[in-house]
Amino acid sequence: MDCRTIVITSGKGGVGKTTTTANLAAALARGGHRVVAIDGDVGLRNLDVIMGLENRIVYTLIDVIEGNCRLNQALIRDKRLENLYMIPTAQSKTKDAVSAEQMEKLCADLRPDFDFILIDSPAGIESGFKNAAAGADEALVITTPEVSAVRDADRIIGLLESMEKAPILLIINRIRPDMVKRGEMLAVQDVLDILAVELIGVIPDDESIVVSSNRGEPLTLGDSSKAGQAYMNICRRICGEEVPYMDIFKEEGGLLASLRRIFSRG
Amino acid sequence: MKIFELISALFGSQKSGSVAKERLQLVLIHDRCDISPELLTALRADLIETIRKYLDIDENGIELDLNKEEHSVALLASIPLKNMRRPLRGQKK
Repeated sequence: MDCRTIVITSGKGGVGKTTTTANLAAALARGGHRVVAIDGDVGLRNLDVIMGLENRIVYTLIDVIEGNCRLNQALIRDKRLENLYMIPTAQSKTKDAVSAEQMEKLCADLRPDFDFILIDSPAGIESGFKNAAAGADEALVITTPEVSAVRDADRIIGLLESMEKAPILLIINRIRPDMVKRGEMLAVQDVLDILAVELIGVIPDDESIVVSSNRGEPLTLGDSSKAGQAYMNICRRICGEEVPYMDIFKEEGGLLASLRRIFSRG
Repeated sequence: MKIFELISALFGSQKSGSVAKERLQLVLIHDRCDISPELLTALRADLIETIRKYLDIDENGIELDLNKEEHSVALLASIPLKNMRRPLRGQKK
């Protein structure tokens, strides 16, 4: 299989790029693919803590680029999954420490050894984003159902198009089915109408995301959470499988939930 | 809950989800055309200046906006006229 390089981006900060990168990387590796996740956010290193690999860093992306170490010395192998690797970035440098050409070369050097290269892009539309995206062929755009995030996603999609990334696919994060039902949140179809881009996944708002980042364990390492399942589905769709969208609007089961329903009917 | 919904429907208050959608659609028209409100104001001033050379227009009645069609955006200007002013005729060139 040819190596696929995908940039994960959003425009707006705090919508879940790093979490998505970590979860998709783990999900793809579980599926037997050789995966490397690259932290493209120079100066604001975060992918390492979300993946729980912060204590294993010796060399960074910048060390590779500056020639302080060989590429494979900066590759951190995730001990939980055989095929999963991460390349951290430097915390003490600024966004200009990596150029677009250097990023392209790095991805080219990694290609022979991997099936997937996932690049976690910084927020914003400036050089940091452009350099991070430089090495990628495809793009995943993350948004939440909020006006600011959707507006920024629109801008980013335009930029990715002009950079000739394809396909550009959308992930809608932190949907709250209860609020959508009440009409107090943009629905999936609303966001799609506005952005006119193909959807690849919907992640429900889920407390377990917070727990998983607290622990440094991507949800897709296990099977228990809704958000984790949604990420697993995205991973299968990335691999070309047709996976039906899970029904996040389904009522919760159990006695407690039915009681809550009866009382909330009012 | 039902009663509250009925009342808000009666008073025409809209759910915030659809308000968000409408606001986004409008703001993105401007974003995508790369036309800022400042630019639109400047365009309006220039238009008035040009048209005034030929026609007597009601400047306060001018409406200038971007309008979204199915897959395109149009610049719509509504410019009320007061009198047709013609260039002076019957003069030697």
